[in-house]
Amino acid sequence: MKCDHCDNEATVHEVTIKDGVNVERHLCEQCAATEGLAPAAGPVELIKAVLESQVGPRSDGCPLCGTTFDEFRHQTLLGCPGCYEAFESRLAPLIERAHEGATQHVGRAPRATEGAAVSEAARERAMRVMAIRRMLDEAVSSEQFERAAQLRDELRRLTGEGAPR
Amino acid sequence: MLPGSTPGGPWDPDTGGTSAGVGGVEWLRADGPDGDVVLSSRARLARNLAGTVFAHKASRGERQRVLDVCREAILGSGLASRVAWLDMQQCTPADRALLVERHLVSKQLARGRGGPSGSDPRAAALSLPGERLCVMVNEEDHLRVQVIRAGMSLGEALDGALEVDDRLQATLSFAYSPRFGFLTACPTNVGTGLRMSVMLHLPALRITGEIEKFKRAASDMNLAVRGFYGEGSEAVGDLYQVSNQTTLGKTESMIHRDLQDEIIPRFIAYERHSRAMLAGKRAVMLADTVFRSLGLLRHARLLNTDEAMQHLSHVRLGVITGLVRGPDLARVNALLLLIQPTHLQRSLGHDLDQDQRRRARATLLRARLKDAGGDDPGESLNPGDQNGGAGPGTSAGGG
Ligand SMILES: [Zn+2]
Ligand SMILES: [Zn+2]
Repeated sequence: MKCDHCDNEATVHEVTIKDGVNVERHLCEQCAATEGLAPAAGPVELIKAVLESQVGPRSDGCPLCGTTFDEFRHQTLLGCPGCYEAFESRLAPLIERAHEGATQHVGRAPRATEGAAVSEAARERAMRVMAIRRMLDEAVSSEQFERAAQLRDELRRLTGEGAPR
Repeated sequence: MLPGSTPGGPWDPDTGGTSAGVGGVEWLRADGPDGDVVLSSRARLARNLAGTVFAHKASRGERQRVLDVCREAILGSGLASRVAWLDMQQCTPADRALLVERHLVSKQLARGRGGPSGSDPRAAALSLPGERLCVMVNEEDHLRVQVIRAGMSLGEALDGALEVDDRLQATLSFAYSPRFGFLTACPTNVGTGLRMSVMLHLPALRITGEIEKFKRAASDMNLAVRGFYGEGSEAVGDLYQVSNQTTLGKTESMIHRDLQDEIIPRFIAYERHSRAMLAGKRAVMLADTVFRSLGLLRHARLLNTDEAMQHLSHVRLGVITGLVRGPDLARVNALLLLIQPTHLQRSLGHDLDQDQRRRARATLLRARLKDAGGDDPGESLNPGDQNGGAGPGTSAGGG
């Protein structure tokens, strides 16, 4: 797909809803930057944008791992930590029932130390890697090879992994 | 791998890394608090890496990555003087079965996910000597940290597990939300991710017909009751695993205190009360039950597992009540493990079919119980006690 503004390949995709109408923008990295659309948006926003631009049952799923609520109901296992946020309103009553009415964690929290601060950055990076892996899988399975190549570059940049999957 | 992440040496299933043989394995030691009723205490923490899909959803490559990351963290954080890293892909089926019989890894971890059972990236890290700590990697959650202590020692087990949690968090970042706590693949483990359990030996409650009351009481208190072999298994050898079912809305220490101070002591007292009653009013019936079982184990030529477990349960009760002399509790505990099919095969060094196993099991028990005998406390010398020791009004089981 070409950039809305120039002939470069569009790598940044944004979908907004204005007056009930989807407004899509597809930009290359340079144009995105001048438009104030940072290409390195957080992984969640990134994936949300991709998912919102898709039609079909996937939109019901967790934006990070694609698990749908029906899949969860079927196997009683969630797909990733992000599922808790994605399905929060539907999960909360189930969790409450399973835990004698409890709705709020009161036990220990992760260690708040320097190490954990470092880990927070690692966590964000891990989220982003996970998101990109998923997009890569989709790109490959839908034969969007150019996009797949870009995603692979991005993945290599983040992880040092280079081998095709 | 990073330097320093080399495994702490091989695991020797015959000794558990101790000089005392299988008897050195933590949960068979029998010298823990309330060891007459409580074989072992366990604390298990479920943890997952932040920003990473859960194990069942992950591709093989992603599971391998999780395995590598966890391996480095586990072997690099000084969790124990020695930690054996058991890669399930490299373990033989027999080694995996040994670990399951040993209650160190779940059947699910041993089996792996689909395909040939060797090919799913997953592992167990085992502390030596004594096998007090076992961390499963890529089971239902990325990490399942389990600490095992002999007897009624839930506090020590919990402290051990939380220390491992702290150490791992020096290098790993776990999935967590302020509302739901530590995030787990199944929402029933969310929050603390803490499951605490005890393995109880309750022969007297079964003999006196009170065992259903115990089970009902446990389920009324929202506890899970499982058999010796875990989920869905019937109680074999009068052994029951009791654990908390809810993990959210309570602190780790509330979960611990409820079990340690309130619930389990009541079960212990209930069993001891029944034992005392049997040893008093129904002494002859108790002795008859114990010595029939001892006689059978000392003379039978073919025994299947469940049958042997049941008679060992009676002999264990006999040792505790002072009726049986010779073996101590630790030896009887060890036999509970040694008669399991894979342990039996290992001791003989080759595969056995079912009939051969029954024979080998009987041979082992005869040898290990050769010195076991009755110290007849004299009730048979007292003619007044010939009436079965079951005084009027007791139900001595049909005479
Ligand atoms: Zn452009
Ligand atoms: Zn998800």
